[in-house]
Amino acid sequence: MTDDKDVLRDVWFGRIPTCFTLYQDEITEREAEPYYLLLPRVSYLTLVTDKVKKHFQKVMRQEDISEIWFEYEGTPLKWHYPIGLLFDLLASSSALPWNITVHFKSFPEKDLLHCPSKDVIEAHFMSCMKEADALKHKSQVINEMQKKDHKQLWMGLQNDRFDQFWAINRKLMEYPAEENGFRYIPFRIYQTTTERPFIQKLFRPVAADGQLHTLGDLLKEVCPSAIAPEDGEKKNQVMIHGIEPMLETPLQWLSEHLSYPDNFLHISIIPQPTD
Amino acid sequence: GEEQESVLQLPPSTAAGGEGLTEVSPETEPAGDTKKKIDILLKAVGDTPIMKTKKWAVERTRTIQGLIDFIKKFLKLVASEQLFIYVNQSFAPSPDQEVGTLYECFGSDGKLVLHYCKSQAWG
Repeated sequence: MTDDKDVLRDVWFGRIPTCFTLYQDEITEREAEPYYLLLPRVSYLTLVTDKVKKHFQKVMRQEDISEIWFEYEGTPLKWHYPIGLLFDLLASSSALPWNITVHFKSFPEKDLLHCPSKDVIEAHFMSCMKEADALKHKSQVINEMQKKDHKQLWMGLQNDRFDQFWAINRKLMEYPAEENGFRYIPFRIYQTTTERPFIQKLFRPVAADGQLHTLGDLLKEVCPSAIAPEDGEKKNQVMIHGIEPMLETPLQWLSEHLSYPDNFLHISIIPQPTD
Repeated sequence: GEEQESVLQLPPSTAAGGEGLTEVSPETEPAGDTKKKIDILLKAVGDTPIMKTKKWAVERTRTIQGLIDFIKKFLKLVASEQLFIYVNQSFAPSPDQEVGTLYECFGSDGKLVLHYCKSQAWG
């Protein structure tokens, strides 16, 4: 199955060309040029934007700078959601590059979590991994790891080292030979049309009759409004990592290959673009 | 047992603070998934002060941050003091996560057990 290993690489090295522009009301001493960057889909905004911050702070006075935050078309971007998820959910139907606005004032307390340091990102990331393993293996795999393994997972992500990350992460993708998959599939389903942050429920990769559950089965069960009725018009796109996987795809396979580094499948339900 | 069994009602999540606790009788709530509120059991870790009332009925849409604010106020902690909430004595859900979702995935025996701590208890 060498092809499947390639999928892991394709997911890991997915990039989004992005143009960062300083918000018009920020006070600068000189004109702030836009800043272009290829953002890794699997990472977090505040983890990969040190250069963006430096670039804009060069033209600003110290007293005009407080915590940096990002916004796309009026929506504050949650740094604790993976970048690829933010793009799929909010911007996938618009032209590239992705135009992100940079702010240093008026932090939107209601919409965003503070991110004072990289440690906060690490804590969030590890917590997601632990939650995912609680669902997959009753936390057995992550708990049996050593502290240095946890560190290697984080350093792998932080330094964009695919091999370093997957040397450990592959253990989190194993399951007992007598089972046909994980205990439950860690997934989150996001919609821009609802107020709720996301849908997350217990869902097994294998049905009672032994059949593998598919992406379509999951949606039918936990988010039926997302899928078109038989011979009905398709109203939504179901997107993971910028693609629409076939609804017949086994969920276990998706979990092993299209999960983000935090071990969750982050699934975006977005209105079908009308062109 | 050592646990208080009285079920109190947390104020609606719109009142971020947490005044005006009202006692509710659990029998008036419909059973199962249709229940609007869920039961949570709050347990202190380490030297974090315990709450005399441990079992609370909470709206499903209440966030972890809402819960943190409530506990801090209940324990009369200073706003600047940190409080961490853990599920399964293992992971700290992010502050915007809803307790209803956590209950559905990690609840058992009709309640969600949450540990709270003034310092990071589990890596």
